[in-house]
Amino acid sequence: MVMRGMYKPVGLVALLLAATSLSAPVAQAADAVKVGVLQSLTGTMAISEVTVKNAEILAIDEINAGGGVLGKKIEPVVEDGASDPAIFAQKATKLVQDGGVVTVFGGWTSASRKAMLPVFQKLKSLLWYPVQFEGNECSPNIMYSGAQPNQQILPALQWAVEKGYKSYFLIGSDYVFPRTANLILKKHIESSKLKVAGEEYVPLGGTDFSAVIAKVQAAKPDIIFSTLNGDSNVSFFKQMAAAGLPSAKLPVMSFSIGEQEAVAMGPSLVEGSFAAWNYFQSLDTPANKKFVAAYQAKFGAGAAVTDPMVHGYVDVYAWKAAVEKAGSFDPEKVRAAAVTLDYLDTAMGKVKFAANQSLVQTGYIGQLDPTGQFKIIWQSKGTIDPDPYDPLVFPGKKCPAS
Amino acid sequence: MGEWPLIAGQIFNGFSVASLYVLAALGLALSFGLMRVINMAHGEMLMLGGYLAYLTLQVVPGPLGILAAMPVAFLGAAAVGAVLEATLIKRLSARPLDTLLATWGVSLILQQAARNLFGAIGVDVRAPQWLNHAYTVPSGFLEGLTIPATRLFILAVAFAVMGALSLLLARTRIGLLVRAVNQDRGMAAATGINVRAVDLSVFCLGTGIAGLAGVVLALLGPVTPNVGQSYVVPAFLVVVLGGLGSLKGTAIASLIVGLFSALVQILVDVSLTQVLLLLFVIGFIQFRPQGVVAVRSRALDA
Repeated sequence: MVMRGMYKPVGLVALLLAATSLSAPVAQAADAVKVGVLQSLTGTMAISEVTVKNAEILAIDEINAGGGVLGKKIEPVVEDGASDPAIFAQKATKLVQDGGVVTVFGGWTSASRKAMLPVFQKLKSLLWYPVQFEGNECSPNIMYSGAQPNQQILPALQWAVEKGYKSYFLIGSDYVFPRTANLILKKHIESSKLKVAGEEYVPLGGTDFSAVIAKVQAAKPDIIFSTLNGDSNVSFFKQMAAAGLPSAKLPVMSFSIGEQEAVAMGPSLVEGSFAAWNYFQSLDTPANKKFVAAYQAKFGAGAAVTDPMVHGYVDVYAWKAAVEKAGSFDPEKVRAAAVTLDYLDTAMGKVKFAANQSLVQTGYIGQLDPTGQFKIIWQSKGTIDPDPYDPLVFPGKKCPAS
Repeated sequence: MGEWPLIAGQIFNGFSVASLYVLAALGLALSFGLMRVINMAHGEMLMLGGYLAYLTLQVVPGPLGILAAMPVAFLGAAAVGAVLEATLIKRLSARPLDTLLATWGVSLILQQAARNLFGAIGVDVRAPQWLNHAYTVPSGFLEGLTIPATRLFILAVAFAVMGALSLLLARTRIGLLVRAVNQDRGMAAATGINVRAVDLSVFCLGTGIAGLAGVVLALLGPVTPNVGQSYVVPAFLVVVLGGLGSLKGTAIASLIVGLFSALVQILVDVSLTQVLLLLFVIGFIQFRPQGVVAVRSRALDA
């Protein structure tokens, strides 16, 4: 009797063992490492951000096809920021705290980045931010791969000065990026003994440029620097053309028009205008040709490729290189490794992260052709070191030592 | 270029902006004046006009495309207005708050429909060559003053629409019926006027004008699924300032708003101008709640 009773627990143990071996495929998931991809998939920013998400997923798929990172497959957890900074913060918390992701790739607007910053600081995680921005921020929990002002705006000014333009008119949408960008531009234009002919702001989405154009006509500048964003660009270029001022007569340098925006606006409307970025689809390098071909094979033959998309793509590869150097997925170790990496050869040329966690990269000026592609007409002499705090505007301000 | 050409140019721009606002707002004033319906989908009728212009230009490219697009957009938007009136507004006309909500829903549906049909990034509608130039004063004290042909064209369209509308209301039998219904709906019905038919035709006329406005607005602005939203707020502002439902008031209010913004913008930027404009309108409504032109209608007494 006693003996028979003894078999029962043994049987149970055997059952448990069997159950564990059955659950082995689930345990396999522990051989994957989760990363967050957080962009706006709905709302007004979706047009731009979905393509960045695509580029980030493309990089993850490529890395997985090549064997993953530290022997683990990357498992992307995609969340929708819904074009709303508050939702970005909430989804970032969800990804890091409950989702168990080791890092997050995402964000576009400065508002979304500013909303996510305290989350990443509090949870001691790391965000890879892919878009050019106004600087004046340096968090140890964010890797800023998009251009700092001295890598996009100031190279454009340098180009214009070399071209001999003396009088500058600044037009922007009314929010933090154009206001800060123009503040920096003004200081540099004035310190170069050149002239700021005017400075005008229009609310985001504004459609009436009649007065702005009248002021441009009165001021007679040599060139317009435009930080207008979104649909306002269409109104601006249409009304400039109607007033007899097409790009051929009065050059316009835009900081928010890429290949995708040019196609959306109708390339003939913006043909001949200039743009400053750290990447153009027309960049003639083997690495870029390979990237464009891979993207178009996955997302459609005519798909436009833009600067923020490439930054998102490069971010994933930089994270992989940093993880491999650190031999760990720990955000703090990855960050320490990321800023000591050597130059990476990428679709946008040679880049690396500087000690201030921003990307060392090249500045390019392009001119729009009738098909919506840019002809690259100028590039900076070598790579430019990123500087979040412009010395003329924020004297003495430095990144906190990490 | 001195001060005078800039000031003269801004007075012209004031008229130009006023012509855009009056075209965007007339339909709203019409349907509110007669039926007390606040049509939140009015902006989408402007959007519809823009897309119909785009489609017409695909079929009729070349210099006359934009002229062909105007009747197409007028009739297209009027037809959509007819469907909207017959299926929805007719059933809700006694309940202003419900019409507000229902037409807002229609506005969202139309925006999403445009997004699904044409994509979220908008389509390209361009001014033809014969409009794409500007007249410049060569000499004299207004030397350098530039008048864009596109803006002159829109000004002419606005005057033509207002002229045709006032002739229609003052001189035709339809106008007589509209005025009768406007003054006293019950009495008009009692004398045998088909009030329903009058409502339907006035609503169609209003949305038709919005469609037409959408074509000319596309010459200066974008054509995107949400473009209606950027015009519908100023349109409401103009209707409120003008005196709810008064066409003459709408025209005068457009001119006040247009000239005010244009002249203030000589001194400050667009963002601050909007703040000052809203403060001005709030102040004006405080002292004259009935708007520029007071409408005496039994419909508004209730």
